[in-house]
Amino acid sequence: MANGEILHNRRDLVSKQDMNIVIVGHVDHGKSTVIGRLLADTNSLPEGKLEQVKEICRRNSKPFEYAFLLDALKDEQAQGITIDTARCFFQTEKRNYIIIDAPGHVEFLKNMVTGASRAEAALLVIDAGEGIQENSRRHGYMLSMLGIKQVCVLVNKMDLVDYSEKPFRRIEKQYRRFLKKVDVEPVCFIPVSAREGENIANHSEKMPWYKGMNVLEVLDSFRSEELPEDKPFRMPVQDVYKFTKGGDNRRIIAGTIETGKISVGDEVVFYPSGKRTRIKSIEGFNREPATTIGAGWATGFTITEQIYIKRGELMCRADELKPKVTGRLLVNLFWLGKNPLVMGKDYYLKLGTAKVGMRVEEIRNVIDASTLAGRKKDQVDRNEVAECILSLDRHIAFDLTGDIAQTSRFVIVDDYEISGGGIVISDLEDQTSWVRDKVLLRNYKWIGSEISAEARAMKYRHGSALILITGEKHSPRKELGRALEKQLFDDGKLVYYLGMGSVLYGVDADLIDHELIIPSRQEHIRRLTEVAHIMLDAGMIFIISARELTAEDYDVICTGIPPEKVTVIWVGEEKTTDIPVTMHIENIDNLDECVSLIRERIHL
Amino acid sequence: MNHLDKLENKSIHILREAYANFKNLCMLWSIGKDSTVLLWLARKAFFGHVPFPLVHIDTHYKIPEMIEYRDRLAMEWGLDMIYGENREALDKKLTYPDGNVSRLECCRLLKTEALKNTLNGKWPRYRLNHAKGVYEIDRNTEPFTGVIVGVRADEEGSRSKERYFSPRDKNSDWDIGDQPPEFWGQFKTDFAPGTHLRIHPLLDWTELDIWEYIKRENIPTVSLYYDHGDGKRYRSLGCWPCTFPVESDAKNVDDIIIELKSGKFANIAERSGRAQDKEDGGGLEELRKGGYM
Repeated sequence: MANGEILHNRRDLVSKQDMNIVIVGHVDHGKSTVIGRLLADTNSLPEGKLEQVKEICRRNSKPFEYAFLLDALKDEQAQGITIDTARCFFQTEKRNYIIIDAPGHVEFLKNMVTGASRAEAALLVIDAGEGIQENSRRHGYMLSMLGIKQVCVLVNKMDLVDYSEKPFRRIEKQYRRFLKKVDVEPVCFIPVSAREGENIANHSEKMPWYKGMNVLEVLDSFRSEELPEDKPFRMPVQDVYKFTKGGDNRRIIAGTIETGKISVGDEVVFYPSGKRTRIKSIEGFNREPATTIGAGWATGFTITEQIYIKRGELMCRADELKPKVTGRLLVNLFWLGKNPLVMGKDYYLKLGTAKVGMRVEEIRNVIDASTLAGRKKDQVDRNEVAECILSLDRHIAFDLTGDIAQTSRFVIVDDYEISGGGIVISDLEDQTSWVRDKVLLRNYKWIGSEISAEARAMKYRHGSALILITGEKHSPRKELGRALEKQLFDDGKLVYYLGMGSVLYGVDADLIDHELIIPSRQEHIRRLTEVAHIMLDAGMIFIISARELTAEDYDVICTGIPPEKVTVIWVGEEKTTDIPVTMHIENIDNLDECVSLIRERIHL
Repeated sequence: MNHLDKLENKSIHILREAYANFKNLCMLWSIGKDSTVLLWLARKAFFGHVPFPLVHIDTHYKIPEMIEYRDRLAMEWGLDMIYGENREALDKKLTYPDGNVSRLECCRLLKTEALKNTLNGKWPRYRLNHAKGVYEIDRNTEPFTGVIVGVRADEEGSRSKERYFSPRDKNSDWDIGDQPPEFWGQFKTDFAPGTHLRIHPLLDWTELDIWEYIKRENIPTVSLYYDHGDGKRYRSLGCWPCTFPVESDAKNVDDIIIELKSGKFANIAERSGRAQDKEDGGGLEELRKGGYM
């Protein structure tokens, strides 16, 4: 097919810079014609291709159009519209350009977003005759949301308005006003006729009133996007590798650096856990060892402390701006999904490498991206933009769009599909914010040991764990806790049982004396969690019995202790609170049997 | 950061995303230059290791040197190597070289069908036993849900529209008209049971990028890519009955880079030596919709 050859024609490219450009605009405003012209006028077409397409048109008695050069695929030709982004290449003296042709049809906004997000700059095409249309505005808005700063507007088909200045200026004035509202400062407006080749590669004699740059000159004037090394360091942790099987004992924290720079010896903090360490080495394969590394690199680090970190955390430098950590976000989002975004439904939110369950708490304002008119609605439909409050199942680390755009961006997954994207405008308090601040500080100030958690687990032959036994007032929680402790102890495990009441008159003595309680229950639980945290850090299996723990209590506990370490067992016929349980034991006829069941279930 | 660095980092990021999100992940290795670069990138992404199996579809019409090269690197680099085949078609001689089916049908049987049934675990897989140095029937028959493939957008029209993470339905079919959005480095990593994803870390690379990178990293390649004195070399590798060498006296990587830059092949598609592409107007696109790579 023709496109393969066009795409293939890419000579002499390594010595020059590359730049990705996206062409957007309303359907039929001439995007493909602009591209066809750019390819033809820069001699980027294979020899004979232009003649061949002209010949096919002549034989079919169809007027030749430059857009035909791009009609790559069968089904695309059948529909006569670009359904997906296609890439083609051309070059100027200065650069090699990769042109991404984004569809102008409203149905294909998701493809436009896909294409535009790969670009460093955009050409937005508006038909001089038809003027500003729905997608001229919608695409302008999307460029703003996607963070594309360099935008040039081509007012095309000037031949249809007799190359006169007046319609051009009118469109320029109107569209500038629109772009200002969505915070885009266009580089310039150019009157062109792609079909006739006016102001594409030449300076049109038909429009002497226009003194500015032509399209090729504007492309060459775009700045190559610089890697954001001057911002605070941010690396979403992609994974922690230890390929022991391959005879490799390095524990490598891997990820791609979004922003900033870092060096060996720098102090780093991982959020949301707040754990702190230093960079020991920068790792690589078949690469000179580096001591400093910055934005854009897919790299890996070893660290000096034996701390437990996992995918989804955000690695930051201790001496720079801290990221935000919360489970409630105020955001601006755009929706691409077939089904509308609604309140009360379960979604996933992906930000950096964090993936977390999410619901919409409030839809504040829905904006029609083409008119900017806002209104109150109870759902966000496809191709709409909205301001919402999102409530997450778990807190995550991120930045606000005003601070660091890269780490403020997220997508929403609805039923396996990425169905929307957005940026975080503000971090809001959630139920456990008050606990989290304390936990972050505790982790930050924690004085580490020479002995790693892994070393302790090896010595004791088991990892640490927290087992919460809860139930109604008269349920045999304590009996079960003690029996479990005894059996594990007899099996040589490092185990300790604590009844919640035992904490009350010691650790909580001040709460009882003065009644200065924030909500006392929560502070009570928080302190219990801190005791558990110490026991777990010591490598223990820690059993607590407590009456009727709730989901709220559980959230507080899991703010201070990794949820994967926590097991909840409900004892009693009926579960009377909303706490998520690992196991529900309805009747205890035989304590030993119950203990065995528990041990089997949680592999102890 | 130069052009090759940018490509390399992006590919590594995609490989790591694939590894983090898919339990049953594999990488297709055709032994050609592109998928060998992909293999090299995996070693970079995982610091010298390749933590998932490599799958090769053996049509038994591959040029013998390709198989020798495959097994040599598999042993040297400690690769978890698996191959699959269409035993039935081979036994019944339903192949183009046997004169019983067309080129396209032969591709469909020996490659597409073999691939589909190797990935879904329905046909036997043969896994390299490193201690013995031989292939044995693999007891694991779980389907692969993530398949890493070395296709490039610049190869031909349909590949220019691919996503980095591209869903395939239960029949391995590709719906080119309805592909997932992909932006801000976020990919489709959730999928319904029975479907799988193809992952394309090399999408942004060109043929020249591949060779420049092979040179920079000093990656071992099959010698079929080079002229050994008869003025011919292979530009793209496939089965011997359907792949023909091009006229070229490029004897090493440097010569190939000069050749590509000089524009000798500027107007000739890379796969022009592949006969199956020509059988019908859109041969490759049709094959790809049905699961071909």
